[in-house]
Amino acid sequence: MSSLSIENLSVEVNGKRILEGVNLAIPKGEVHVLFGPNASGKTSLLMTILGFPNYKVVSGEIWFNGVNITNMSTDERVRLGIGVAFQNPPAIRGVKLADILHNFLKSEPEAKKKEIELCETLNFTEDFLSRDLNLCFSGGEVKRSELLQILAQKPSFIMLDEPDSGVDVENLGVIGKVINDFLKERSGLLITHLGYILRYVKADKAHVLIEGKVACSGKPIKILDQILKEGYGWCEKCLKIEKKC
Amino acid sequence: MLKDREEVLKAVDKPASLGPDLEIKDYIREAKALYSCPVSSLPKEIADQSLKVGIRTDEKDRIGTYFQIDHSVVFQGFQKAFEGKIELMSTTEAIKKYDWLKDYWWKLIPANMDKYTALSELNWDHGYFIRVLENQKIMFPLQACLFISTNGLNQNVHNVVIIEPNSEAQIITGCTVHPNVQRGLHVGITEFYLKKGAKLTFTMIHNWAQNFDARPRTAVLLEDDATFVNNYICLKPVKSLQTYPVAYCKGSNSKARFNSIIFGVGNSNIDLGAKIVLQGPRSKGEVITHAIASDSSQIYSRGLLIGEHSDSKAHLECRGLLVSDRAFIHAIPELIGKVSGTELSHEAAVGKIAEEQIRYLMARGFSEAEARSLIVRGFMDVTIFGLPDALRDEMRRIVDETAKGVL
Ligand SMILES: Nc1ncnc2c1ncn2[C@@H]1O[C@H](COP(=O)(O)OP(=O)(O)OP(=O)(O)O)[C@@H](O)[C@H]1O
Ligand SMILES: [Mg+2]
Repeated sequence: MSSLSIENLSVEVNGKRILEGVNLAIPKGEVHVLFGPNASGKTSLLMTILGFPNYKVVSGEIWFNGVNITNMSTDERVRLGIGVAFQNPPAIRGVKLADILHNFLKSEPEAKKKEIELCETLNFTEDFLSRDLNLCFSGGEVKRSELLQILAQKPSFIMLDEPDSGVDVENLGVIGKVINDFLKERSGLLITHLGYILRYVKADKAHVLIEGKVACSGKPIKILDQILKEGYGWCEKCLKIEKKC
Repeated sequence: MLKDREEVLKAVDKPASLGPDLEIKDYIREAKALYSCPVSSLPKEIADQSLKVGIRTDEKDRIGTYFQIDHSVVFQGFQKAFEGKIELMSTTEAIKKYDWLKDYWWKLIPANMDKYTALSELNWDHGYFIRVLENQKIMFPLQACLFISTNGLNQNVHNVVIIEPNSEAQIITGCTVHPNVQRGLHVGITEFYLKKGAKLTFTMIHNWAQNFDARPRTAVLLEDDATFVNNYICLKPVKSLQTYPVAYCKGSNSKARFNSIIFGVGNSNIDLGAKIVLQGPRSKGEVITHAIASDSSQIYSRGLLIGEHSDSKAHLECRGLLVSDRAFIHAIPELIGKVSGTELSHEAAVGKIAEEQIRYLMARGFSEAEARSLIVRGFMDVTIFGLPDALRDEMRRIVDETAKGVL
């Protein structure tokens, strides 16, 4: 069975079409990569999977572990086991990273100890937990804090939106290892532009999104090489070929 | 009489320049005289109400206590170890004891400013006198409770706080009512004098009732190197509250800061301001207000910074959160620069909870309602006060408890 399965999904934001007939299936235990130029709709696809209301599904369905989640609220989906690390999370004054961790860990014995361990894993000192969420976080701190929350949540399927962009070499190593460990026995969808994270994480399949459509799918390393060598011009051609047949 | 009676009498009908005008004769002046008693033996409902405004009748972590109910001083005292270091008594007693106190009486606030100042001069019901003598660092708070237990009562207190040179203190003032009190009028005059190098953290919590009116009048005078931090919390319903405390940073390197967290509930009409006048070289000021308006509440959040010295600096920040379509917030930040070289700035933002923030928290498993309440609670975060850890945690508990009730 698929962990996540997207069927013929079309989405509009404020009346503007941003995803068009997307099909994507991520079998349990697999990690897929999503490539695509800026503004091609990658983040929008994640938002739609999360059920953010301004991403209006005009056709198609989203299934998670055999359940049709297309019309569920975000928190319901999250409780089914979807986790996300956002590309640009909003700052929330007065709400602490600790508030979110407490909520995820409330039923665990020794929650406090667990929190401190998680901080250590991601190279944070404990006082970071009492910082206002995402307020004045550095680029790298944002990425690690997003990951920290996922580790506390322990979802069965994770979506990571550019976890490697703006991260220094040392922290890339930290993040890479954490993600790789976490993805063992889990499924995931990973967005990356330059593929740094793929040095640490073994992905099973990659898809290229162009102008809201899946232009092609294949082996992650092969596609990444192609993109790095030739840019997305190559892919756009590919899409046209598909259209012709 | 301490003031020219003629002048004061002329002001008895003079409305305040801000806030709804109140009819003084609508409130009663008769209150049963209460005997003094150990603060720990106050009835449970009074102790419980007081605790919600930071007043501990068990006096744990408190150095001294002033407790006034209606027009009676029921307790005043402090730990023996602080004999000769602090003074704490009612102002009625202090005025008799110290002739020099008249030099601190109505010196920062004109008695004829409006009908409320006039009222409190003509019908003066005690208030506290706190003085910290020279070179004393008092690391635990002193507390003062102004309590109203008679429905419909008018209570007029006049407080004077003097922090002598190079001393440091924390004061918590809690103003509240008995659960049976629905209406009434509290007028509180407070004059603060911070001498050279003095430091005071003053935290005031108000818990009034749906039909209660409050008109505090506060002014602070800061000498060289003095620091005044004023924290104000008002989260419970009130019919109308209007106050516009002012700090005069007269001394060089003096600093004043006003932090406020207010929550408008029901039909509350809250008009809260803070004014800082920068008069001394290198004087600094900061005003931070977080205002949340729910139900049909109306909040006016004012701030006024006046730069009178060419080497002075102040910032004003007002954040308003509207959580109801019937509520109203009017932020009025004002800057007056009178000399070049003064640096004044402000930042004001009023709006509803950002959708993006709600979505983010929902993606962390919170329901929409939980997400909203978490954001509102965050808006009331007391870390903006910069209090010492123990006091901060205490204030956080108080805010959390109160927030639970109103959210
Ligand atoms: N909430 C929104 N309101 C308006 N437009 C939106 C919204 N979300 C996405 N869009 C638009 O949809 C298109 C796709 O955006 P999206 O963020 O999904 O791109 P992306 O592939 O993630 O790009 P990047 O690589 O730059 O992160 C863009 O043109 C964007 O401006
Ligand atoms: Mg994106």
